[in-house]
Amino acid sequence: MAELASVDWSRAQFALTALYHFLFVPLTLGLSFIIAIMESIYVKTGNKEWRDITKFWLKLFGINFAIGVATGIIMEFEFGTNWANYSWFVGDIFGAPLAIEGLLAFFMESTFFAVMFFGWDKVSKKFHLISTWLVAIGSNLSALWILVANGWMQYPIGMKFNPDTARMEMENFFEVALSPVGIIKFLHTVTSGYVISALFVIGISAWFILKGRHLVMAKKSMIVATSFGLITSLFLLFSGDESGYQAAKAQPMKLAAMEGLYKGDTRQGLVAMGILDPSKKPGDDKDPFLIDLEVPYMLSLLGTRSIEGFIPGIDDLVYGNETHGIESVASKMEKGKIAADALKIYKEAKKSGDTQTAQDAAKILDENMKFLGYNYLDKPEDAIPPVATTFYSFHLMVTLGGYFIALFLVVTYLCMANEIENFPKLLWLCVLSIPLGYIAAEAGWIVAEVGRQPWAIQDLMTVGVGATNLADTNVKISFTLFAVLFTTLLIAEIKIMSKQIKIGFESHV
Amino acid sequence: MFSLEILQFYWWFIVSLLGGLLVFMMFVQGGQTLIFSLAKNELQKDMIINSIGRKWELTFTTLVMFGGACFAAFPLFYATSFGGAYWVWLAILFCFILQAVSYEYRKKPDNFLGVKTYEIFLYINGSLGVILIGMAVSTFFSGSDFMLNERNFVDWQTPWRGLEALANPMLYLLGLAMFFLSRIGGALYLINNINDEELRANARKAVLKNTILFLPFFLAFLFWILTKDGFEYDANGVVTLSKYKYSLNLVKMPMIALAMTVGIVTVLYSVFKGAFTKSIHAIFPYGLGVVLVVTSLFLITGLNNTAFYPSFSNLQSSLTIKNASSSHYTLNVMAYVSLLVPVVLGYIFVVWRAIDSKKITKEEIKNDQHAY
Repeated sequence: MAELASVDWSRAQFALTALYHFLFVPLTLGLSFIIAIMESIYVKTGNKEWRDITKFWLKLFGINFAIGVATGIIMEFEFGTNWANYSWFVGDIFGAPLAIEGLLAFFMESTFFAVMFFGWDKVSKKFHLISTWLVAIGSNLSALWILVANGWMQYPIGMKFNPDTARMEMENFFEVALSPVGIIKFLHTVTSGYVISALFVIGISAWFILKGRHLVMAKKSMIVATSFGLITSLFLLFSGDESGYQAAKAQPMKLAAMEGLYKGDTRQGLVAMGILDPSKKPGDDKDPFLIDLEVPYMLSLLGTRSIEGFIPGIDDLVYGNETHGIESVASKMEKGKIAADALKIYKEAKKSGDTQTAQDAAKILDENMKFLGYNYLDKPEDAIPPVATTFYSFHLMVTLGGYFIALFLVVTYLCMANEIENFPKLLWLCVLSIPLGYIAAEAGWIVAEVGRQPWAIQDLMTVGVGATNLADTNVKISFTLFAVLFTTLLIAEIKIMSKQIKIGFESHV
Repeated sequence: MFSLEILQFYWWFIVSLLGGLLVFMMFVQGGQTLIFSLAKNELQKDMIINSIGRKWELTFTTLVMFGGACFAAFPLFYATSFGGAYWVWLAILFCFILQAVSYEYRKKPDNFLGVKTYEIFLYINGSLGVILIGMAVSTFFSGSDFMLNERNFVDWQTPWRGLEALANPMLYLLGLAMFFLSRIGGALYLINNINDEELRANARKAVLKNTILFLPFFLAFLFWILTKDGFEYDANGVVTLSKYKYSLNLVKMPMIALAMTVGIVTVLYSVFKGAFTKSIHAIFPYGLGVVLVVTSLFLITGLNNTAFYPSFSNLQSSLTIKNASSSHYTLNVMAYVSLLVPVVLGYIFVVWRAIDSKKITKEEIKNDQHAY
């Protein structure tokens, strides 16, 4: 097992890469569709103005795309460099979606990318349009396979443990690929990208309107983006609800942390807003909140689709709840130890040719396998993710999600009524909302990833076991190098983007 | 359903082929190292960068695909090499991050670091990135300093985490050979892709010059691997050192020997065509030749009971296509997925042809709103 400090630095490095990656990729996911819609209008109507609009947004897309790709490749290889044990343990399952992503999606995206940018006068209008759509589809398919893989980590299915190789092996590809957790994760994540892109286009268009520049083109851009944003933000709401339901089934501890819920109950309310008491400890009788406001019954409804449904709290999940048939972490740790011991006995018996002992050990291992990861916990409380980070991130995400729907509704209405330029305060709000989309998406990512700690793979492998056996100095240095490089590139991107926006549509007319 | 053995063979072939395609696609990197020497003015430099810049994603994607295929088909290699040789791989990744942004940012106004910095980034990616990949691949022949525990978790035996490879002079042979090879590829591609007589004449000279530099390193590398001991495993998976292993592999697998020979001849033919004739199509035989040679090299490291990722600190930790592969089920699923490869190659061909049918000219670069 890797040293703790090294593990923490590896976690920080991966988080850093993921957070930066997630600054760039969501815009790519949605903007590619917005551009494809704009170009479709151009091809359909033959109106050159739509071509110029398409080209302007395409330029911003290209600037953003490059750094998204760069951080993406780092993430793929960091599985190997920083999480080597994990890579071996799940490579049989995890590698397949990643390879499919490369072959089917990334190749499509990157091949047609060249036509999209350089093919305007080299290929027919229709070929160009198809290429633009294929870039959009390819980038979204990439996300699908990555999130299927991520979904498997949160809810491992379709596999069995092979004691001979000491790893998980795939038994059913379709179970992995069509995992409800993976699919809803994909839908929720890409939709958040669509909302970010819509906010981005609306915000920049609003700025042009405020400055009195490119009024017609900005309004045309805005109407495409706000319609797209309204539809996708509503879908975001539904996919978020389904994500919560899946979390209740597959990761109840994450849901409890998202809600700061310690003692579970039926008819459980949803905390609309609240401030956690930092002195609250698992198992004590303190109220977890200094202040809170609840929507009655909503959490039970969200988690079980019934107001009578029982939602377990952190204490129920850690210390057990006999009434509701919840096993304590201490008991799971015992079983995890039995599994680990059985694996050891199996290996030794195999080595010495003692078939009977090996068979007996394999049976015990099989019975206790789903608790293997608990063997690596030192104490039951280690199974609790950072509650405050998860709680506040979740509530920030939800609040912003509600705000986005309201904003899109108002902007769509005013665009339809051709009144938008008469509301400068609203236009400024649109400009200021650009970063909010990113904040919401990053908060969502934190909920998904911090909320599942300490697991690299739910119940099977902790992050400590999955990490490469590295001295922490190595990871400290690489973390620093990545932090400097990514930050420099981010500054470069922001400056270049800002300049391109200032230049505006003129260069394309 | 195919047997596990056949699928392991098949997947080693796919990984080898991807390795071959990757080295071919490194003409992009080679082209990046030629921007300062080939271009005689700013416009020519822009033409070169725009020409190779339209292909950079393909190299990048092939690299990602190579990593993905290794992860899916040989996860123990992925975990051992990337986790063990930490610094070599991170250095390679750094070189590729620099490339990804450089094309897009270089000429944009307010680009913060300046045009020159991005050009230097491209040079670093084209030189250091390629040399390091070549050295990493060379460790397939030299072995590395690692052990695996009973759960197949890697334990690197030196604190240098892969940097120790830099102290082995033999590993530079392939690294430098690949560097000059990629420059030959870059020059041949530019001859094909840019309609400018002065640039084409300069590129033809570069083809010749870089071939002269490439050959000694490549021949020395071939001499080294064909005369050195190799890592052989028996039916029980026990690894031993075997004299002239890689030469014997070529003898025992004559098809691979033939492919390698044809590949070398084809590359030399493309060099002749590129340097001494008026043809602009030498990049195509070059590509075929490179793919044949590199694929063959990968094949002799993994087939005929050869450990493809040897451990010299503990021979029994060495990786073979048998002990490092994914399960039968996964390899089988992936084999079905791989049937889509011809479709992917098909649309790459169509797009390449469509974009390159009109060669890059000075006028295009001057007037293109999205020129790099």
